Amino acid sequence: MSRENEDSLTSRTIKMMAAISVLALTSVLGWTVWTLPPFSDRMQRLVASNMAISGVENPVTAVLLNFRGYDTLLEIGVLLLAALGVFSAVPSPVILSKSTPSPILNLLLRLLLPFIILIGGYILWIGKYAPGGAFQAGAILAAGGILLSTAAVPFNRFALKTMPFAMGIGLVTFIVVALATMMVRGNFLQYPVAQAGTLILVIEAAATISISIILTILFIGGNPDASITAKDENSKASIIDKGNTTK
Amino acid sequence: MDEFPNLADMAFDGILALAVLVLAWKLLRSPNLFKAVVLFISFGLMMSLAWVRLKAVDIALAEAAIGAGLTGALFLTALGKLQRGAQHNQENNGTHQQSQEGRPNMASGSSD
Repeated sequence: MSRENEDSLTSRTIKMMAAISVLALTSVLGWTVWTLPPFSDRMQRLVASNMAISGVENPVTAVLLNFRGYDTLLEIGVLLLAALGVFSAVPSPVILSKSTPSPILNLLLRLLLPFIILIGGYILWIGKYAPGGAFQAGAILAAGGILLSTAAVPFNRFALKTMPFAMGIGLVTFIVVALATMMVRGNFLQYPVAQAGTLILVIEAAATISISIILTILFIGGNPDASITAKDENSKASIIDKGNTTK
Repeated sequence: MDEFPNLADMAFDGILALAVLVLAWKLLRSPNLFKAVVLFISFGLMMSLAWVRLKAVDIALAEAAIGAGLTGALFLTALGKLQRGAQHNQENNGTHQQSQEGRPNMASGSSD
């Protein structure tokens, strides 16, 4: 009984602390929004006047990969770090479900996967002219990867071997391009105007591959290991549980 | 059209804004975690519609693909793993009082 009281007391304290911190955050955010300068299109005009040298026609892509390219570079780095964290945790079964997947899922996968790849490539390509780009394309391809792993399609040896390289290729390409442009034009990520479009497409293509693999790894939740199955993982968990209870 | 928003647009935006808020409230209040995840996915889709209405199509694409789709899938697998873990604990420890209403223990944490 006393323990229950204690529990409710601690949970009440936690709730109070959460309420206070949320309130503080809300007021800080509200104050920030309130004191923002009135809407100005200064940045918009700045972007619009520099579109000609950006190498692309979509202002969002121009900002993300040209004018503020280092932001995107760091974002891809953060994603890679997160995936490496997951990757270095416990090895995870490639085949997630214990039972065999339903034939409906298999048929759906056969129908959907070509379109997923096509749309992923299209979204990557269209990013130059209209909304789209590496992150969206990578996420769509990752949806294909997730469907593959829910349908218990095992990765083959080649895929498992190349996966770590594919995870890093986006960041490596980005850094290589950044350093190369630094040698040519003197500034980090300052593209030569004539080649800007091509360089952006190269970076985005590599980033798309990395993002799709990284997001799939996050879903699988570990270093995919073909030699263990979901059943093994469960028995491993039960062995750990038994070890804990006998202690 | 930008300067004189017509009634249909305003009604649509109003319903959309209301739906986003109601879904957010419902998913935070839901004691059933599976239901909360489903509500979260619908919230993400409504949010991506809102981004389209705000003429931020890039963000709408990212929200639909990453916010609703991938995060939803991640939540669902995490939930599945948690429930499997909870079942194992019950089987091994024999603490059956943990599961009330046929639901694993972890689901009740957010209900009180």
